[in-house]
Amino acid sequence: MANVAIVASPEKSIAMRGDVKSLHRAIFIAIAAILIVAPFVLYPVFLMKVLCFALFALAFNLLLGYGGLLSFGHAAFFGMAGYAAAHAAKVWGLTPELSILFGMLVGAGLGLAVGALAIRRQGIYFSMITLALAQMVFFFCLQASFTGGEDGIQGVPRGNLFGLVSLADDRVMYMFVSVVFLAALALIYRIIHSPFGQALKAIRDNEPRAISLGFRAAQYKLATFVLSASLAGLAGGMKALVFQLASLTDVHWSMSGEVVLMTLVGGMGTVFGPIVGALVMVAMQNYLAQFGAWVTIIQGVVFVVCVLVFREGIVGLIAKVIRRPL
Amino acid sequence: MFTIFDIPVQALFGQLLLGLINGSFYAILSLGLAIIFGLLNIINFSHGAQYMMGAFVAWMLLHYAGIGYWWALLLAPLIVGISGVILERVLLSRLYKLDHLYGLLLTFGVALIVQGLFRNEFGVSGLPYAIPPELTGGQRLPFMFLPNYRAWVVVASLAVCLATWLAIEKTKLGAYLRAATENPALVQAFGVNVPLLLTLTYGFGVALAAFAGVLAAPVLSVNPNMGADIIIVVFAVVVIGGMGSILGAIVTGFSLGLVEGLTKVLYPEASSTVIFVIMALVLLVKPAGLFGRTA
Repeated sequence: MANVAIVASPEKSIAMRGDVKSLHRAIFIAIAAILIVAPFVLYPVFLMKVLCFALFALAFNLLLGYGGLLSFGHAAFFGMAGYAAAHAAKVWGLTPELSILFGMLVGAGLGLAVGALAIRRQGIYFSMITLALAQMVFFFCLQASFTGGEDGIQGVPRGNLFGLVSLADDRVMYMFVSVVFLAALALIYRIIHSPFGQALKAIRDNEPRAISLGFRAAQYKLATFVLSASLAGLAGGMKALVFQLASLTDVHWSMSGEVVLMTLVGGMGTVFGPIVGALVMVAMQNYLAQFGAWVTIIQGVVFVVCVLVFREGIVGLIAKVIRRPL
Repeated sequence: MFTIFDIPVQALFGQLLLGLINGSFYAILSLGLAIIFGLLNIINFSHGAQYMMGAFVAWMLLHYAGIGYWWALLLAPLIVGISGVILERVLLSRLYKLDHLYGLLLTFGVALIVQGLFRNEFGVSGLPYAIPPELTGGQRLPFMFLPNYRAWVVVASLAVCLATWLAIEKTKLGAYLRAATENPALVQAFGVNVPLLLTLTYGFGVALAAFAGVLAAPVLSVNPNMGADIIIVVFAVVVIGGMGSILGAIVTGFSLGLVEGLTKVLYPEASSTVIFVIMALVLLVKPAGLFGRTA
């Protein structure tokens, strides 16, 4: 069975201990503190990019790390939600929060359709099906008129939050993105540690047994898939407003590969790993942008190295050293 | 000139032939994927990159060594196959005890590296590869013009697919392979060198992909992205056919190529997505795939 999260599962089967809870609370506070200090040190646009991708990777990890399902088509939800949010903001003139919400809904709807098909097969087939359906979405975006084809949707207005606060300033936008990110992180944390999350992990580790205990595995998987797709949609919609652009890059299969890599580098099946993975990968892309096509090659090398010798990922390794689930 | 569905017969058959050619590539590639998956339990994501390597090795043989098409048809699969053997020995063999997903991730990384390297070296515009002189020109049939090279691609692919099928079903080595697919531990206990069998199988699957690449070189332009484009379609083909049956993979590959060609005539907008739509329908009706065994 798809027992992906080798690292954290033994500890997680033990009930959450008090010290682990307070450790996680401390990490939350630390993340909030970093988010407050960071814009004084780094460019807000860079930080927003990291946050959008971190949220995307968190959403992806919910499915892979806790559901044991490797989707190779998450770019479809991310990119399609970007198009939807950009269209809503630019053509319909909706306020940013409604545009992003609309993007999230589109992600959820698409997730429901793709998920319902993909969970009919398991393991490796699941990955191939999600990849193929995402490629279908890519071709749709390439041909549909509202996406602007190769040009994408450009010059998307950031608008006024709730019709009141202008998000045109990068620093204001950054605050908005940070708040959404923290809220989404808290939500994901809640999902993972809820009874629903426990049942999900049980299905991941031993599906026949979970079914024999009366859990409807297919429904749990589908619900997780839709949750993951919606959160990926939230990230995609937000990214479209941050960069004021929705383009084919975000629906392309290589984007699906990137989010897998972020999660792998940070640590699959850890709560906080995807954030670290996204930070590392986005920083690497920015730093290596001057080398052009070498970025792909380096990403490939990172993939190979991670799979061969570093399967725990950064946060997974830290969790192993301090012997606490992270 | 008479028409079917208001479409000139010439155009219809022309597109069907193109579809059949694409189908040949789907068939060879999904056959290789199925053989590798059957024994190694790994979905070879770098299959597309290895198909692209086949085309490039043929191009390099011609331009750097002056070796023509016919030798390339033999040498390119051999060279790429050896690279596959090295890949299996050095990297893949370390993953057999882990979850299947890691094999997919590793070969995805390898595909990124290979595509990136070729893109750096040759750009993305594509290189021309001439049709060998023996196969230029064509036949004037009553209903269409049949270029010789395209007919050759279909015939050669069919021959290779059938030969592979016969080798697996009728030879002793094929029997070992089928037995090891069922139960590797037991086959090893009988004294068969299973690790060697795994290596050779991977090399052979990769060589098949490279063979398709050489066949494709004169039809499509030799392009670093050619593999990435086709591999996702081939995954869909594999999902539709199911990987349980060798003959199933071949039949599914050719027929889906035909369907794609037909769609290009009837409703061109859907031609790039029709295979994915069929995949979705098959999943609804028969989740295990048309020729698949239920897991």
